[in-house]
Amino acid sequence: MRFQLIGVNHKSAPLEVRERLAIPESRLPDTCRDLRAYPGIEEGMVISTCNRVEIVAHTTNGHADLRGFLHQHFHLKPEELDAHLYEFREKDAVRHLFRVASSLDSMVVGEAQILGQVKEAYATARAVGAVRGQLDQLFSRAFAVAKRVRSETAVGSSSVSIASVAVELAKKIFGTLEGKTVFIVGAGKMSELAARHLMAHGCASIFVANRTYERAIGLAQKFNGQAIKFDDLYSTCDRADIVITSTGAPHAIFRREHGEQFLARRKNRPMFFIDIAVPRDVSPEMGKLDGIFTYDIDDLQQAVSSHVADRRKEAELAEAIITSEVERFEARLQTLDVVPTIVSLQDHLETIRQAEIDRVRGRMGQLTPEQEIAIEALTRGIINKVMHTPITTLKTAAKESEATTVVDVVRRLFNLHDKDAAAPDKKNEVGTRP
Amino acid sequence: MSLLWLRFALGCYFIGLVYAFVALTRTSDLFSRIALHAASLGMVFHFVSLAELFLSGQVVWASVHNGESLLAFLSMTFFMIIYAIYQTTSPGVVVFPVVFFLTFVGAVDQQPVLLTQFVSHKGWLIAHIILIFTGYAALVLSFGASLLYLLQERRLKAKKSTSLISFLPALEVIDQIGYRSLLLGFPFMTLGLITGSIVAITTYGRMDFLDPKILLSLLMWAVYMIMVFTRWNSGWRGRRAAFLATFAFVAALAAWAANYFSAIHRFAAS
Repeated sequence: MRFQLIGVNHKSAPLEVRERLAIPESRLPDTCRDLRAYPGIEEGMVISTCNRVEIVAHTTNGHADLRGFLHQHFHLKPEELDAHLYEFREKDAVRHLFRVASSLDSMVVGEAQILGQVKEAYATARAVGAVRGQLDQLFSRAFAVAKRVRSETAVGSSSVSIASVAVELAKKIFGTLEGKTVFIVGAGKMSELAARHLMAHGCASIFVANRTYERAIGLAQKFNGQAIKFDDLYSTCDRADIVITSTGAPHAIFRREHGEQFLARRKNRPMFFIDIAVPRDVSPEMGKLDGIFTYDIDDLQQAVSSHVADRRKEAELAEAIITSEVERFEARLQTLDVVPTIVSLQDHLETIRQAEIDRVRGRMGQLTPEQEIAIEALTRGIINKVMHTPITTLKTAAKESEATTVVDVVRRLFNLHDKDAAAPDKKNEVGTRP
Repeated sequence: MSLLWLRFALGCYFIGLVYAFVALTRTSDLFSRIALHAASLGMVFHFVSLAELFLSGQVVWASVHNGESLLAFLSMTFFMIIYAIYQTTSPGVVVFPVVFFLTFVGAVDQQPVLLTQFVSHKGWLIAHIILIFTGYAALVLSFGASLLYLLQERRLKAKKSTSLISFLPALEVIDQIGYRSLLLGFPFMTLGLITGSIVAITTYGRMDFLDPKILLSLLMWAVYMIMVFTRWNSGWRGRRAAFLATFAFVAALAAWAANYFSAIHRFAAS
């Protein structure tokens, strides 16, 4: 295993640093090619999202200068970058990648987006030939681990975006959202998103009010809703169970007296105000009324982060899965490490056998078919018997730490060579090739 | 023998009581399932106890033991109906302690207060007891629901992180549980009082409105009616509804306790 990983993420580097390292999608193939061409790197790929930029490589000797690559590629001085970098090798690199793919290293633990981003990065690097045998195996395993973590733990189960937290809160108040009415005050992207979530969970009808009436009409049409003139806001608002407000008003537009009116007209049925405006649209005084529930942007964000806390507990379970998967991956790679030696050994002995049979033929002249069969069976039998113990020993050794030594001894004893024999790390020279 | 079954039931309800205390501080699906099964088992014992009493022919409908046992059983029945409809055990937080207390009193071998007068119309008396107890059971549940409503409202308003994973059902669901129990209980309570009056008039030939039992019963009924009315008319819920429900509950307890002071309404020996 000669994996190396270097990078920055939301924890290690401020946004300004991550911005300078971020690689646009269009330039990703070129970066992968550059990386592949960098000294000491056999395979490499780049993961670049808004929260992380990471380089994963399989190197010739396990000590490639990935920092140097970053400095050179991004034209950054070591003092600007190095303090924010983390670097992992071998097993630690594998673990880190598994954690990233499983969304355990994400800002919002358990969010599903990261796996898709890693898959895209992998596909890009593969397309330009920067990823082959070793990284191929590593990433296939990482995707399998991510899937396992998702299905065996609840890490990704609870929804986290502000819009979906708003839906969950609404459900805590109303039980079911079937047949509920939503009122959007101030047409904005965020309120539109929240409304879309609410409608997807069963809300029946929608009102839209905006200072600019035309925008209200436009948004209302999207939801098959009804546009309301801003002047009629207070007279219609009580018909809504859920109000999403995001106007640019400098003062609160919903005050205590409005709340009292609404409640009186609604026979005290509760109302839920989602206030995503800054400064706030709903006065805190109104939120104190019985039956009025107000969540402003900070409250929603807090609810989001409490979800994150729940996920942390699940993340502990996920970490255990990762640990066992790293062990499995390592064991599998090591078994693969001895396979080429076994193949070389078999080839070597087969060559000797064939040469000896040819020699016998030369000396004895034409052999009868029966003699051919007898000689074939005899020589093959001897070789199989002789090979049995060394092969078993190699396979057993592969699962233990002494694999490198045993492989080395076998190669020396039988004077085995292959194309990569010049590589200094004997253990890895027999790594599989596609 | 009936008392033995009732004590088994009490043991099962005790698990429910523990659940009620635990549920206030943390959520556990497993524990709520255990409590539910224990309560169901308790109801089976309880039913056997009541049935045996009835079949033995020794039933004394107006005894403290039997009355409280019956009330506890009816409350549990209400709880189970609510569970069947809403799939929530959280009303148990209030219902379990009340049921445990009632069953406990019923299961203790105490000397009961005697019914002083001979009642001539036994059928009316039985109807009175069953109706009024069903009304009481509904009131217990409605009271429980209004407390849970307050709790859930406070959690939502406090915007604490636990508000999303709280064990309580949605606010409107709690509200419905409370309102439906209230609506269901009211006719029973009213009919119970009417049959009670009939029993009183046929036995004594008159109604003594100054008797504490009758006075408090009427007060309780009045509070009950105000609750139904304010709810229906202006949708009172939350704090105001909870105060009213508490008041009605206290009035009901007082009316119950008045048995010990009333000249005309006394229990028989069991």
